[in-house]
Amino acid sequence: MNIAVDSDAPLLSLEQRKRARNVGFSLVFLGLVSAFLLAGRPGNAGFKLVDTYTVFLPAQPFARALAVALVALGAIQLFRGFGKWTNVVLAIATGTFVIAFLTWAASGGSFSLTGMLQDTVTRSVPITLGAIAGILCERSGIINIAIEGQLLGGAFAGAVVGSLYGPWAGLLGAIAMGVGLSAILAVFAIRFRVDQVIVGFAINFFSLGLTSFLAQRVLTPHPEYNIVRPFTPYAVPLLSKIPVIGVVLFTQTLFVYVSIIAVVVSTWFLYRTRWGLRTRAIGEYPQAAGTLGVDVIKLRYRNVWIAGAVAGLGGAWWPLGTVGRFDQNITNGRGFIALAAVIFGRWHPVGALTAALVFGLSEAIQLKMSNLDTGIPSEFLLMAPYIVTLIVVAGFVGRSRAPKAAGQAYDASK
Amino acid sequence: MKKLFNKVGERLNRVSSMKLTLLAVLSALIVGAFIIIVSDVDKLKNGDIVGAFSTVGSAYWALVVGSFGSLRAISNTINSSTPLILCGVSVAIAFKAGLFNIGATGQMLAGGMASLWVGFAMNGPGIIQVPLAVLAGAIGGAAFGAIPGILKARTGAHEVITTIMLNNMMAFFILWMLKTDLFQREDRTDPISKLVTAQGRLPRLFGFLDGRSDLVAHAGFFVALGAVAAYWWFLKKSTTGFEFRAYGLNADAATYAGMHVKRLTVLAMVFAGAVAGMAGAAEVLGTYGYASANFAGNIGFDAIAIALLGQSSPLGTLFAAILFGALQAGGRQMQANSDVPIDLIVVLRALIVMFIAAPLLVKSIWRTKSATISAGQTFRGWGS
Repeated sequence: MNIAVDSDAPLLSLEQRKRARNVGFSLVFLGLVSAFLLAGRPGNAGFKLVDTYTVFLPAQPFARALAVALVALGAIQLFRGFGKWTNVVLAIATGTFVIAFLTWAASGGSFSLTGMLQDTVTRSVPITLGAIAGILCERSGIINIAIEGQLLGGAFAGAVVGSLYGPWAGLLGAIAMGVGLSAILAVFAIRFRVDQVIVGFAINFFSLGLTSFLAQRVLTPHPEYNIVRPFTPYAVPLLSKIPVIGVVLFTQTLFVYVSIIAVVVSTWFLYRTRWGLRTRAIGEYPQAAGTLGVDVIKLRYRNVWIAGAVAGLGGAWWPLGTVGRFDQNITNGRGFIALAAVIFGRWHPVGALTAALVFGLSEAIQLKMSNLDTGIPSEFLLMAPYIVTLIVVAGFVGRSRAPKAAGQAYDASK
Repeated sequence: MKKLFNKVGERLNRVSSMKLTLLAVLSALIVGAFIIIVSDVDKLKNGDIVGAFSTVGSAYWALVVGSFGSLRAISNTINSSTPLILCGVSVAIAFKAGLFNIGATGQMLAGGMASLWVGFAMNGPGIIQVPLAVLAGAIGGAAFGAIPGILKARTGAHEVITTIMLNNMMAFFILWMLKTDLFQREDRTDPISKLVTAQGRLPRLFGFLDGRSDLVAHAGFFVALGAVAAYWWFLKKSTTGFEFRAYGLNADAATYAGMHVKRLTVLAMVFAGAVAGMAGAAEVLGTYGYASANFAGNIGFDAIAIALLGQSSPLGTLFAAILFGALQAGGRQMQANSDVPIDLIVVLRALIVMFIAAPLLVKSIWRTKSATISAGQTFRGWGS
């Protein structure tokens, strides 16, 4: 046998090759879009970075330069491939494309880039926390479809308890509510071995129904139970003085700091502690872990409770981080976006954070666009976050591998 | 002799599973009563406990009267059940193939708009136009349902993500469509569509009764019953239905047996979309006669609870949908008669699903002995 094997070329599965091809085509496509659509507007676009400093980018030359670069990158990807650098190239290309798009939209005017990024981070909070709640559950083998319900319950408890006893108490109330709702999930799924998807959905309905019911029956006649003073942004000493980054990351409400900490802690917890190792083990093969003496049932309970606390905290973001009140169905499907972020982020907290930021960014851009006169109907701008998620999931993420035992009740006797 | 025993045993099992269902509903009603009493803040503050209890009585009485107490109530129940049955079947079909169709809402919107277009643009005799419009709804829903199916088969993108995203996209797309000249009503500035022509409407079931324009039930109900029957036939008698079940139960086995699982994925979503699209057609052509931005409401989500409750079987789904429809119709009466908000029925539905899903719990509460009901089959999970 004399088959020459190029040892440098990695062996790719059919699917990987397909994905690589998709990446190449998308780069070329983005290049064509910027050549023909984005290069159509003359004038400079101003991006305000700090109050005293605005960067001006010439819209047309920028879009043309980008077009050439993108098509070139796409061609390289199609004919040669970037290998392990593909994702980096793609991220840089997409980022530059977004800037070109903003330049096109803002040409002849200016807007605050820093404000938009700050908004991005703020809006990603409930999705990040919700997704971490999902990850903690699913890593231990419990599918958590009830994120939406837990967020909503947290929002309600945060508003009511916060109105009665102040925002810090509201935070605790939201956490307690999150834990309470996840306790239902835990008891039904672990103790009674009910199909986890059924319980999860039932909790979503229960939470939606109960909070709407109570809002209408109690909060409407008693508005004094539904007015809370939200947390104000806190500027971290020194760090908040850094230009741009200081405003984006370090002049935020408590929630942003908490969610960043949550990502760090949960990553460390899952991959660097004994608890985390066991959690991942019982999510993959509980029987084996059980044989080795891990108390599967107890560990699952604990993970689901912690997840509930995190989700309740995420729900408190609505009343205590933004509007200072609760409205019926205030979460409006964000819990399902968080569920998508779990899968999108491949059951890793950092991946989930990335997904949440992508979603937050497209939402923030949409808000900014509606202030600029671009001629794009507002409905299409509102669609943008969902289109972006769909394209990313379908085109670049593809099949992802879930914890193997997620969804299966544990029965030690089997 | 043994055969006879088996038969009797089977009979008893069926009775006891009926008993468990009733006990589950009863448990849900008791928890609901508790919620009504506790939330009566003003009466409880004044120490009027009797008053708080009597609210429960009047609320639940209104629930019964509003759902089955009169011809009008029955008509309302039928009307509320119609889209629930269709969407319930849509979710159930997907479950059978191991897929989780959260996208019934979007498919319903797509189908509704397609049938709306036929409904106002065509001006033919009803007997041709109405079936055509319903067919258009099915095609619209099927086309929209095909998207997550194709995406899953080709790229592996999970249908839970894609259908949620498509739902949201469709909602905004409809908002935009309703403002275009093609769809928007001529004299309006808000997003509301032109009216379906009089012959293009689905005929009302009680249209033969003179002067009873309050009986809103329409022939969409028969479409829904037809869909249930077709679903039954499909599952039990057709080859593709068999492949669906095999694929849903064990994807690997189905693959090794030579079934085209990619084709099955797409087909399941197309069928699910078609049925959900007909639900949209029923709402647009029957209930409203036009389309507004959120004519799909929460039906697509309720349908998930219905399919779970009915364990994705044709009859189970039908009964679950009628139960949910009756609660819907009764809930409106309840909100009008007592000051208990209609959102209570969402709580009741959730509790019923929970209790039925956990027979062990119900049995331990009521200290009854009976056979367990098999757990409902849901989707395959995140993996494949």
